[in-house]
Amino acid sequence: MIEVLDPGALTTVQDLGRPGWAHLGVPRSGAADTRSLRLANRLVANPDGAAALETTLVGPRLRLTADAMVAITGATVDARAGDRTVPMNAPVYLRAGAVLEIGAATAGLRTYVAVRGGLACERTLGSASTDLLTGLGPRPLRAGDELAVDRAPDTFPAVDVAPAAPPEDAPCLGIVFGPRADWFTDEARRRLTGGGYEVSDTSNRVGIRLLGPELPRHGEDELPSEGMIAGALQVPPSGTPILLLADHPTTGGYPVIAVVRRRDLPAAGQLRPGQRVRFRASRDPVRGA
Amino acid sequence: MSPPGPIRGVRPVGDRGFLVELPGNREVHLLAAAVRDHFGARIEDVVPGAQTVLLAWADPPPSAAELIAELETLDLTPPAEADSDPVTIPVRYDGDDLEAVAAAVGVDVDRVIELHAGPEYLVAFMGFAPGFAYMTGGSPELELPRRDDPRPRVPAGSVAIANRYSAVYPTPSPGGWHLLGHTDVVLFDADRDPPALLEPGARVVFEPLSR
Repeated sequence: MIEVLDPGALTTVQDLGRPGWAHLGVPRSGAADTRSLRLANRLVANPDGAAALETTLVGPRLRLTADAMVAITGATVDARAGDRTVPMNAPVYLRAGAVLEIGAATAGLRTYVAVRGGLACERTLGSASTDLLTGLGPRPLRAGDELAVDRAPDTFPAVDVAPAAPPEDAPCLGIVFGPRADWFTDEARRRLTGGGYEVSDTSNRVGIRLLGPELPRHGEDELPSEGMIAGALQVPPSGTPILLLADHPTTGGYPVIAVVRRRDLPAAGQLRPGQRVRFRASRDPVRGA
Repeated sequence: MSPPGPIRGVRPVGDRGFLVELPGNREVHLLAAAVRDHFGARIEDVVPGAQTVLLAWADPPPSAAELIAELETLDLTPPAEADSDPVTIPVRYDGDDLEAVAAAVGVDVDRVIELHAGPEYLVAFMGFAPGFAYMTGGSPELELPRRDDPRPRVPAGSVAIANRYSAVYPTPSPGGWHLLGHTDVVLFDADRDPPALLEPGARVVFEPLSR
């Protein structure tokens, strides 16, 4: 069992989400940075998609009621258990009674804490993920919560430490123009891939509002609602884009000028308010370079 | 390379999928069903929109040319007749906006109920919330823009209209639609199979209960 002494700024349970339900209005949800979630799980020999904790900027304080093996990945933090420093990107064995304290992120936004066995949460549509848009899944952690841990798998951790680059200071995300890039002027496309944007503080797991050059459109046609996807750069009438993340609505009526490539989605999930981000278009729309 | 049959275009969605453009919403449901049949578990999400279907893969998707070649093999002819009855949603027409809607469109309340409960609706697409269905097919006489002042909380089961759509709120949520009534039918229950009462392409009728 894990006792939540202090939930931190916003800590949720996340796995790889609930794909396949978008046609019914159910967001995929799941870890905003799936690469870090998978790494944390692999370090403690869990299946990639085991349920773990996702913190936001300031992490939680957790007391372990039994011996546990944990791994901390994602946004760079100071983590301590009593007076012992807990290294990131490594499996760490903690004794029953240990209090694990995850500090404030110094690079990136979201830290993942996996525990060997995975968190034993009720699954909603196959997933333990908290969806902050619709309220599906468990609510965010509160002080006093007790989290059960599932039985450890038969496999054992294979590495002592994994090489993982910390989130970048000013990342450049690969994009593919479309599906509605032709609704925008050439100038809009140049601006999007120009000097970059600032991540505003109205950003969450649903999406990131970007501050920077407006993206002018040809005409003012209204877009009949269409399916949306994480990584989409959706442009509302204000002209500045919104980058959709894991809990995004499944359909929307604002045109999407470009979509972040799969391999750069985890970096998008680590963008923090005030940070700068740039976008680079790939040549081949689908196969990519 | 021109896309097959009713398909108007295939647009890239990042490196994970495509948006297939169609002439109208009926074709959207034909294509969505045919794609699910054809690709099965190879495709992760098939998301109908008003005039498009989003296709998303968990693995690298086919190229646009490969996809178009596969779509060419699909049979998109509409079935000769509907293969199931419409979903009936019993409604008590006692919504907070019923009288305002009557006044806005210039008829009495009974006529609003007649107009709303008369036609058969089609679930054009879903979104906004799990189980929230945007239904088309309503009377043009009841077409009204959304309210100027959205309500912070609309109760679950509220039957509402806005623009050319009708909908039922599956869960309590903020909302700017005009409330005509309510139903006790549960629109979404994650523990039920299927979880949503309605799905894209479903036909729906509203059955008025005595007020």
